Amino acid sequence: MKIQEIANQAKVFWTDVEVAVADSSLTLEFRCKPKEVAGLCDWLFNQQNYHFSGLVVEENAIWELHYLFVGQGEMGRIRVSTVAPLQECRFPSVSVAVHAADWHEREAEDLFGLVFEGHPSMGDFILHDDVWQEGVAPMRSRFDPVSALANRKPRHDWRPKRVVDVPGAFVMPIGPVFSGTEESVHFQLETIGEEVLRAFPRLFFKYRSVEKIAEGRSIDDVILLAERFSGTTAFSHALAFSMAIEQLSEVDVPERAQVLRCFFAELERLRNHLGTIDGICSSTGLAVATSQTAILEEEALRLAGFLAGHRYLFGLAVPGGLSRDFDNQSLRESITRAKGIVRSLDEIEKLLIDTSSFLDRIEEVGIIGKQQARDYGLVGPVARASGYCNDLREIQPYAAYDACTFDIPRESEGDGYARLRVLLSETKQSLRIMEQAVAHLPDGPVFTKSKATAGVGLAGVETPRGATWHWVRLDEEGRLKRYRLITPSFTNWHGFHLAAENFAFQDFPIILATFGLSVAENDR
Amino acid sequence: MSRWVIKGLQTGVVTTRYPSGEETTPGISPGLPQAMPSYDGDTRTLIARCPTGALHRADGRVVVESRRCLHCYRCSRGIAKPISWDSGFEWASIREGSAALPATFRRSIYIRVVDAGDCGACLNETRLLNNPFYNMHRLGFFITPTPRKADILLVVGPVTDHMKTALSKAYDAMPTPKRVMAVGTCALSGGIFGPGFVTGAGVSDLLPVDVEIPGCPPPPLTILHGLLVLAGRKSASQSTKPVSAHVNEEGGIR
Repeated sequence: MKIQEIANQAKVFWTDVEVAVADSSLTLEFRCKPKEVAGLCDWLFNQQNYHFSGLVVEENAIWELHYLFVGQGEMGRIRVSTVAPLQECRFPSVSVAVHAADWHEREAEDLFGLVFEGHPSMGDFILHDDVWQEGVAPMRSRFDPVSALANRKPRHDWRPKRVVDVPGAFVMPIGPVFSGTEESVHFQLETIGEEVLRAFPRLFFKYRSVEKIAEGRSIDDVILLAERFSGTTAFSHALAFSMAIEQLSEVDVPERAQVLRCFFAELERLRNHLGTIDGICSSTGLAVATSQTAILEEEALRLAGFLAGHRYLFGLAVPGGLSRDFDNQSLRESITRAKGIVRSLDEIEKLLIDTSSFLDRIEEVGIIGKQQARDYGLVGPVARASGYCNDLREIQPYAAYDACTFDIPRESEGDGYARLRVLLSETKQSLRIMEQAVAHLPDGPVFTKSKATAGVGLAGVETPRGATWHWVRLDEEGRLKRYRLITPSFTNWHGFHLAAENFAFQDFPIILATFGLSVAENDR
Repeated sequence: MSRWVIKGLQTGVVTTRYPSGEETTPGISPGLPQAMPSYDGDTRTLIARCPTGALHRADGRVVVESRRCLHCYRCSRGIAKPISWDSGFEWASIREGSAALPATFRRSIYIRVVDAGDCGACLNETRLLNNPFYNMHRLGFFITPTPRKADILLVVGPVTDHMKTALSKAYDAMPTPKRVMAVGTCALSGGIFGPGFVTGAGVSDLLPVDVEIPGCPPPPLTILHGLLVLAGRKSASQSTKPVSAHVNEEGGIR
């Protein structure tokens, strides 16, 4: 169904809903009263099959809550918006019907002090209760860090909630400092012995309050944050931020820059997937495969370093284009090198699918069903391995992706092996896009100077781990009033427990590796 | 299984010749801006372009405080007179008063890595030290999961509020003699995140730092250089004083 028909239906069902065009004919804003939000979101998510991508809370002169939905093709994007006076801090919980909104509401409760009525588990989330008391609400404009730090009242008696209540049940704690070079995250695995019955990841040990730091800063400063809050997917996030700013400056990004953006986004995807595949091989203890994939990951990093100067592509994407141009000869050379990498990976793949001891560890392990993936609004390779596919490069093309021909690999089993196969196939598609980009690279500049005006920009990019959304509100002086980051790791960590539960302890690190999650990207 | 063995043998040796030989392969390092005795462009413009105040003017020279550099390339791209660029990687410096581990440790050093809020890049570069290109085992460096047998605490990230307890506990659990290595701009100065209400201004707020590794992120070879400095097998690029206030001539803390 087309977005306009959905809008007409919505107006019939909810007489109070006001439909406005947000920024293009394919993006509509449904404005409604707070009490209608839950019903409207339920209808869009469960009846109209929209994918829930996130919640943006803004404290302007009034509360503004925006629930973001995205659909396939002509279904476009819908933003359900509601407003309330600032003294009103209670809203109905949307997550009762739209489970994907669960963590978004918990985050808003912790950072803004909002209460979502009907939500089953508020409290300890971003600010840990054993470090901060409840009600700190650091994202509120009235928040004063100095007095907050002086009046800190940590709850030293805080203990995690136990769910499994049978004789012999115990909790296995892991982290935040564990293993060799893992990111900091804490797991509480409830068990009665061999099987993990309940997996509870406690995140946000790395909370750096990126959204808070960004407030009041200039675009030039915030692009550094956008790129450095998740260093392993820096280019994608810098691109998303740049695109959000470009919407506010109505600049025409030169064609050459758009094509090169696809090229570098795919180079990043290739490198990131090689790292994830390396992690999977390493978690199963397959030494030669680990070394072989590690060689390829390093080669991809060196390729990026040789081309762009920086191994993780920092400092490249800027609002208006790219910070530098590249000569066509070195781009062609890099295609040859990327081909070599993918060819070597092909050989490794042939050996992997022939190694039964490896397959035994990932096949039928860590299963996520399609319906579960949809309920949790999962994104990226994890969702596509379960047959749930919402790739922004396809459904909301940006940069030059609408001119590229490529497939979006998907599987249906939803186990570790399906996730590995999706990653392996995506590296080949990335190479295909890079080849097309270099073959059809137009001449011309790579940067247009522009000045952004006040307003709201919202851009979505398919990062290697899945869809990210960057919401930017600029004030009259060109400084950020609100910067909201909806990241794929945040979305997928929410669903991670589904895969880890009801499998044995020794499967846990392998399931974790097949998810390829980033803690930094989640914690922000 | 034999096919894996053959595959491994076919690959041959890819390991770098560093530290006994040179390593100059393109793409191994993002480089750092270099101090310039005579900069012939507009110094004020150059310094103003740096978002973190890593560039200063001292005695008519442009000096670089590498522990604040983010590799944003604003001093080298889109400017008429770019700053000169050091494409090497031996940037590890030792704090005044600190020394390498005793000689008995030289060929067997255990490292506990603690992620205190990094973005993933510094940690990834540290992880890559185990790959065949760098293979730090050959030099006697091992990553250990337990701080109780660690000699070096390698810290990445600006030290977030939630990680302070875990980081202190890891340090306290280590036997003496022990050394602390701060890896990356965030760990050295808080980077772009700190100091803030949940982020510190680097590791030295909490622990005594011995070796500083600048870079955003520092490439694996720079981290390796730092490890070799602590093993007493390489000399440091310089010795540094503890963190000073970052005030540049043009005004205020950036």
